[in-house]
Amino acid sequence: MSTTFDRAAGLARGSPQEPVDASPPASLVPPAAGDKLKDIWEDSPGLRGWFGTVDHKRIGIRYLITAFVFLAIGGIEALAMRVQLAQADNHLLSPEQYNQLFSMHGVTMIFLYAMPILSGFSNYLWPLMLGSRDMAFPRLNALSFWLYVAAGLFLYVSFPLGAAPNDGWFNYVPNGSAEFDPGPNIDVYCLGMIFLGISTVVGAANFVVTLLRMRAPGMSLNRLPIIVWGTLTASVANLLAIPAVSLACLMLWFDRNLGTHFFEISGGGQPLLWQHLFWSFGHPWVYAVVLPAMGIVSDALPVHCRRPLVGYTLVAMATVTTMVVGFGVWLHHMFATGLPALALSFFSAASFAIAIPSAISVFSWIATIWTGRVRITVPFLFFASVILLFVIGGVSGVMTASLALDWELTDTYFIVAHLHYVLIGINLFAVVGAIYHWFPKMTGRMMSERVGRWVFGLMFGGFNLAFLPMHWLGLLGMPRRVYTYGPDMGFGVTNLIVTIGAFLFAVGIGLFFVSMLVARLAGRPAGPNPWDGPSLEWSVSSPPPPYNFAVIPLIASRHPLWESRLLEKGEPHSRLAEGYLLDEGKETLGVTPLDGEPDVILKMPGDSLLPLALSVALLPLFGGLLLELAWLGGIGALAVLVILILWFRPHEATRSEEKARVYG
Amino acid sequence: MRRWVVLSTATALVGCNSTPLGYLEGSGSRSGDLLQSLAWGFLAIAVAVILIIAALIVAATQRARRRAARSAPDDVGREGGGVSAIYWGVGLSIPVLIAMAIWNFVSVQAVATPPHEPGLAVSVTGHRWWWEVDYQSAQPFGTLRTANELVIPTGVPVRLDLESADVIHDFWVPKLGPKMDMIPGRTNHSWIEADRPGTYRGQCAEFCGAEHGRMSFVVHAVPRAEFEAWLDHQRQPASTGGPAQEIFEAKCGACHEVRGTSAAGIFGPDLTHVGSRTTLAAAMMRNTPRNLALWLGDTQGIKPGAEMPQTKLDPVERAQLVGWLEALK
Amino acid sequence: MARAATASTALPVHGQGVVGTPWWGMLCLIATEGILFVYLIFSYGYLASQSRGSFVPGGPPALGLALPATILLLSSSGTAEWSKRAARGGNLGLSRLALGLTLLLGFGFVILSGVEWSKKPFALHDSAYSSIYFLLTGTHLAHVFAGLLALVVLLIWSLAGRVHAGHDQHRTLVTLYWHFVDAVWVFVFATVYLSPRLV
Repeated sequence: MSTTFDRAAGLARGSPQEPVDASPPASLVPPAAGDKLKDIWEDSPGLRGWFGTVDHKRIGIRYLITAFVFLAIGGIEALAMRVQLAQADNHLLSPEQYNQLFSMHGVTMIFLYAMPILSGFSNYLWPLMLGSRDMAFPRLNALSFWLYVAAGLFLYVSFPLGAAPNDGWFNYVPNGSAEFDPGPNIDVYCLGMIFLGISTVVGAANFVVTLLRMRAPGMSLNRLPIIVWGTLTASVANLLAIPAVSLACLMLWFDRNLGTHFFEISGGGQPLLWQHLFWSFGHPWVYAVVLPAMGIVSDALPVHCRRPLVGYTLVAMATVTTMVVGFGVWLHHMFATGLPALALSFFSAASFAIAIPSAISVFSWIATIWTGRVRITVPFLFFASVILLFVIGGVSGVMTASLALDWELTDTYFIVAHLHYVLIGINLFAVVGAIYHWFPKMTGRMMSERVGRWVFGLMFGGFNLAFLPMHWLGLLGMPRRVYTYGPDMGFGVTNLIVTIGAFLFAVGIGLFFVSMLVARLAGRPAGPNPWDGPSLEWSVSSPPPPYNFAVIPLIASRHPLWESRLLEKGEPHSRLAEGYLLDEGKETLGVTPLDGEPDVILKMPGDSLLPLALSVALLPLFGGLLLELAWLGGIGALAVLVILILWFRPHEATRSEEKARVYG
Repeated sequence: MRRWVVLSTATALVGCNSTPLGYLEGSGSRSGDLLQSLAWGFLAIAVAVILIIAALIVAATQRARRRAARSAPDDVGREGGGVSAIYWGVGLSIPVLIAMAIWNFVSVQAVATPPHEPGLAVSVTGHRWWWEVDYQSAQPFGTLRTANELVIPTGVPVRLDLESADVIHDFWVPKLGPKMDMIPGRTNHSWIEADRPGTYRGQCAEFCGAEHGRMSFVVHAVPRAEFEAWLDHQRQPASTGGPAQEIFEAKCGACHEVRGTSAAGIFGPDLTHVGSRTTLAAAMMRNTPRNLALWLGDTQGIKPGAEMPQTKLDPVERAQLVGWLEALK
Repeated sequence: MARAATASTALPVHGQGVVGTPWWGMLCLIATEGILFVYLIFSYGYLASQSRGSFVPGGPPALGLALPATILLLSSSGTAEWSKRAARGGNLGLSRLALGLTLLLGFGFVILSGVEWSKKPFALHDSAYSSIYFLLTGTHLAHVFAGLLALVVLLIWSLAGRVHAGHDQHRTLVTLYWHFVDAVWVFVFATVYLSPRLV
């Protein structure tokens, strides 16, 4: 009892050298077994280990860092655009430069930041939260990361040459056709999107199988953290949605380079086919980049409210429902395309209805605060602000769901404001809150609460100063994607305010980056559970050992670490000090998909350079397609084939069954 | 006789109110009125919801801090409880959503179809980055091909046949009604009707490349009799002859048409009676001799990427050409 | 006193069939590839519905080559399954024979498809129909190719003694993928050959 008391009070007090939580981890590490497991699970030393690691924690952190780098790049692009738009008739940027900037800003933020950052958290947290030692396919996990890096580089390859994609992230045709955009710009977009799609699909499949098989015994579906529900839903959606955009990009690349007529009207092609395929993907994708972030809030906000989430089952169901409906609203991006008003009305109605599951999450969070015992920490500030920003983005979304009103709103700055409230409000604010929340787990050090309040103030103030007036710009009729506007349009003053807000917001994010760096180097030691959180990741040391759990826990409730305070005497408790030890090799436990019963011992692969090699081999393959160099593409394809054969080569047959090592 | 010119110029000045593209004020039609009140109504509901939620978050936080101060630091709340808040919140949201949806569908009905048969059909074709306007045959008023400015009679629903010559554009006059895409390979139908005379600004609302932001136009709504006079006048060839006409025919005629001269190009806007228009370069600037001279002198500097190349003209030629064009009233 | 010990009951290692994780991974791959064909068939239907005049030049495509090719491909699913079961029963010789037969049938399909392609009076860049026809059948053919490649590698490994009775997972996954490739053909066939006859 005294340790938890120290934790709660010690956040504010205590010397900066002593850990916030000085107690030992709740998950037992038997001393002899700990050393043995460490030898088995640790990466090889040196470069081989660095490039070949398949540890989900290292991969997760790499995802986070890379995504933050892309956030910074996309942010600088945004600031350049904001300077251009700060006053009427500005000539800082040429129209072509502006168009490339807004296209790369969209592509970067939506594809290279928003989704990968969530993959980073999920990669890092899933096995720790689920009570497993790794993801289902560790090498696939590494592959997904390296492919992401390679595709990101590919998408930026033409940027320094001034030939970056310039038709927006939505890349409508025929503006992106060879006739109207003859440079390499759009080919880079098409091939880059297919490239990145492979990474996302591979990662999504890994999450789905991990959820089905890689949990601690007793971690049944009704005990999963909400972030797991969110990422699972997003992953299933990705599996089903990504092929639509990959196909559209392939068709466009064919149209541009092989003279086909998928979109090109002279041979019977249809420009609207692009929009159908793109938004069949695009709308589910929007939910895929917010649902895991909403899961973060649902899991981490209650920790700072000192109570479990209100309405767990409703929130989990709402998560899945949002995505199911989300697959049926893509036409609301096409309200002005001249389709029959009756058909559009159905999609309008569905778009109104999608507000209901969102309302469930919002009221669940408010009720969690209302009935909780709130400690005003930096994560709490961020998560509470997510609720408000989500509601602002939500009600502006309801406004655009209206078919009639959207005929005015669409393609104005109102939509720009709306989508930034959704993407920054739910994604970025939740992400920064999540970093403050889980940074101690990842690094063993606390971030500064004092600086954190400045970060929050700058980000929250700057963000709202930038994007709230943007709604007004849209209502004044300022169209999207314009490189400048006339002085008599009445947009000038508001645009200047928006630009000032954008810079304040950027300062906040810059301070956040600095604060992370300082904390990594000299932050206060955290101890295993500095926030006194209830879920499994807080039961291991900070940072966790390479094998995560020396003894695979046995789960009896949603809140294994709060059971002494929440459960009655007679109820079964989770067991963190006895269970499967599995210290005979690099092994973990597979369970049955629904009930989480122990089912199989899984031998996990060690370090491997194959994922990196495969990602590198895809560069000449896609480069050959871009430059129309058959030999280069051929070398790439051959290399891919060889690597895949190596990847799947049969290992020496193992024993078909084994008596598991247990502890206790 | 040229009363409409004077009037149009006057309304152009009136039309230059504080927000020419805003749809929260200054609507000029029944559709515009409906959308304007829908926008204000939804905006009010949105603001109310945001304020309520913000108040709830602050109140909940205050309450929960007080409870935290009263309880032991390691206390945590039970899992049950609070769920009724979700039911209440969602239960109260649903009727609001339904009311908004009904309001929406009633507006869709009213805006999507004109109150009675359109009395005039105009086809508008989007080009990178200007508007071709065609008053169609088979209508009582006669045909006319012009560019970048649309003159319509008040109180008459005008059917719009919207097409594109290249990429997707979007025809949007915020103060008169909904926007509608112009998609190559198909004809989209829309309609506008201005109840009040005036000048209304239009804008391309679908990203269409380099000069998308500068692809604007204006709609002049004038009384019916004035419209007929305008149309009659515009249908006449315009030619004043002289050396400047020869310059025009030689240097501009490959792309532009001025009826009554040998210049009959179809790649750029029709310039017959260009002097009677209120704006230049797809409504980028007011039509004044000074602006026209600037435009001819530095086309690519003013509108980088525009399809019109920099025409080589010495200052004397340019001045002559400006005078000649401005005289094409 | 807690201590490490060895349990008395045994658990399978890796696990065969549905118990192993790779089986579930393959299902994910099949789901995402399957939906790719859904989008392809949607595109075919969309272009057909928007076309002015007849969409398919020269009427519905002939069945003279497509029907035999379909029979070859579908029967190869049977031989692939046979091969897997023979190996499970320990009869590696029979398994290799059935695997070789599967390869023959699969290559037969590829050859018939190639002949059909070469006899088409239109080229890829002629029209919306030719574009979607070659893309749809070509995407399927690429999948057949990938499946054949996997089967070839499996046969080589089997002949070289690198996969034997204990490597059920490799055979299970390759066979599962091959079944998928064959099942997708039924939908592609229905779209390209049957739908123009119905509407």
